[in-house]
Amino acid sequence: MREITFVEALTEAHHEEMERDERVIVMGEDVELAYVFGVTKGLAEKFGRDRVRDTPISELGIVGAGVGAAMAGYRPIVEIMFMDFIMLAMDPLINQAAKLRYMLGGQLSVPLVVRTPGGGGVQYGPTHSQCLEAWFMQIPGIKVAAPSDPADAKGLMCSAIRDDNPVLVVEHKMLYKMKGPVPEGEHVTPFGQAAVKREGGDITLIGVGYQVHNCLAAADELGKEGISAEVVDPRTLAPLDTGTLAESVRKTNRCIIVEEGHLRSGVGSEISAAVQEEAFDYLDAPIGRVAALDAPIPFEPRLEDFVLPNTANVVDAAKKALGVTV
Amino acid sequence: MATRAKKRRSAKPKRLTKKDLNAMYRNMLRIRRFEEKTDEFFMAGRVKGAVHVSIGQEACSVGVCTALNDEDAILTTHRGHGHSIAKGTRMPEMMAELLGKSTGLCKARGGSMHIADISKGHYGAHSIVGANMPMATGMGLAYQLEGSGRVAVVFFGDGASNQGSFHESMNLCAIWKLPVIFFCENNHYAVSYHVERSTSVKDISVRAQGYNAPGVTVDGMDVVAVYEATAEAVRRAREGGGPSLIEAKTYRFFGHSRGDPQFGPYRTKEEVDEWRKRDPLTIAADMLKLTEAQKKAHLKAVDKELNGAIDFAEGSPEATLESALEDVYA
Repeated sequence: MREITFVEALTEAHHEEMERDERVIVMGEDVELAYVFGVTKGLAEKFGRDRVRDTPISELGIVGAGVGAAMAGYRPIVEIMFMDFIMLAMDPLINQAAKLRYMLGGQLSVPLVVRTPGGGGVQYGPTHSQCLEAWFMQIPGIKVAAPSDPADAKGLMCSAIRDDNPVLVVEHKMLYKMKGPVPEGEHVTPFGQAAVKREGGDITLIGVGYQVHNCLAAADELGKEGISAEVVDPRTLAPLDTGTLAESVRKTNRCIIVEEGHLRSGVGSEISAAVQEEAFDYLDAPIGRVAALDAPIPFEPRLEDFVLPNTANVVDAAKKALGVTV
Repeated sequence: MATRAKKRRSAKPKRLTKKDLNAMYRNMLRIRRFEEKTDEFFMAGRVKGAVHVSIGQEACSVGVCTALNDEDAILTTHRGHGHSIAKGTRMPEMMAELLGKSTGLCKARGGSMHIADISKGHYGAHSIVGANMPMATGMGLAYQLEGSGRVAVVFFGDGASNQGSFHESMNLCAIWKLPVIFFCENNHYAVSYHVERSTSVKDISVRAQGYNAPGVTVDGMDVVAVYEATAEAVRRAREGGGPSLIEAKTYRFFGHSRGDPQFGPYRTKEEVDEWRKRDPLTIAADMLKLTEAQKKAHLKAVDKELNGAIDFAEGSPEATLESALEDVYA
């Protein structure tokens, strides 16, 4: 199968969906030139600047305008340059997009996609490095996707664009240049279906977004010591496929959840609760959580590495759950 | 393929006939009576939650909506009953919503502050102050892309003109020349905070200059003045001329909400009485030279409609508990 990068997979999803449905429009800061991370490359030339338009730096305004265009029957994709900036647009996302269908008695729906790069590892400091998925997965009415490889990036993005609900797609910056196999032609990944990224029998490592790769690296390390780790990627956090996650834990009897958001009230807190509710009798050790430490993400590379989760953290957590001396 | 709005034939705002003005008076009375009944029901504990009646501001609702077509959109505020009725929202289902019935426009999930009737171009009351302006911007963008000549009108108050959403939306609409009309009902108070204290300019309409858009201030108690300003803004928007800001100086005769007494500690009875001398219904009735008998006939017809709406609402089933979990996702 051909291999393309995560960014190329996202770009391809945009091209195909914009060809498929002329109601799909794109707006955001510097999207015409695809000037920052390159996802919207070639769209303005191909589809014109009516459908692909640069916006002023007005996150509240442009996400709100996305909601309005969706209310009027379009399918807007709004790019937010860094996930941290979404904080400026919480009202249209949380108070409007997520609630309008419900609040107006089902009279309309809001098929809006907001896509945004999250995460650290690039020394951008506390306000350009956050993973805030946990904030959104708590809110009824909005869906949250966090792809971890190019195939899922394309498949989940196509699903997001076709979805009649507001969807937040979180793209980890460290994934953008990663290459991987992506099927040619239409490739749509349904929401609410976790993927087993590697099979194993001794412990389940549940990874979110980029942290799937720390889980895979940890599984390699553990394998050297004869420990067989299964790596599961929920792919969407809302809806969350707790069935597949619990099924893996019922097989392995141990579970570590790895995310890049903060530990406190994180994605891992929710997954942990869900897994123990469905698989309590099968657990041979407390569920472990690996996450960013509860401090803002610092700029300086050594400090940033210290606060963010890494492969060694996952290995250590796994060994602890297995009762292996670290 | 989506294209920019085609230039529409220039249509001069139609001159109001006596028949039009009579219909506008009737519509204002429909709002007045609906609000009086809503207030009565609220005080009797039959309407729950929060209620913000628009008594005193009827000329704004009716003046604006008279200048719109059915396909045009409005987005309104927590004080939105008047706009809703003026845009043609079905009164029985609206009353049912206030009474929390399953037949309510929002299935008893939205209540007074979230009335919407998409079938009539009413895209919702939005109770976060200022939140409706970015949405109106997006709707205007959609109308421009589809080249339909439709316009979106967003109602907001003096308080909302200090939200960032107002400024971001005005700029977006101006740079993209979107068919959006920003209609500010300056009723002089953001709850208890007087506009002279909250706002850097005397006339909010001058803020349009900062966005290279036309801005006018009109007498919000004069339904004809409101209509004429809106009709001009609608004409410009349909022709691709972009957004307008209209500020209507008006006044709420009641408190901010029903938790707020009519005079409150922030305004005097004298001030309220002074504004009540310029009741928009009286001004319209005087223009029409309505006789007492004609006024009575209007009232009788309006109350008949209102009572029918109340009968419908009262006769409707309660919302089921299961319905509280419906329509969360499409």
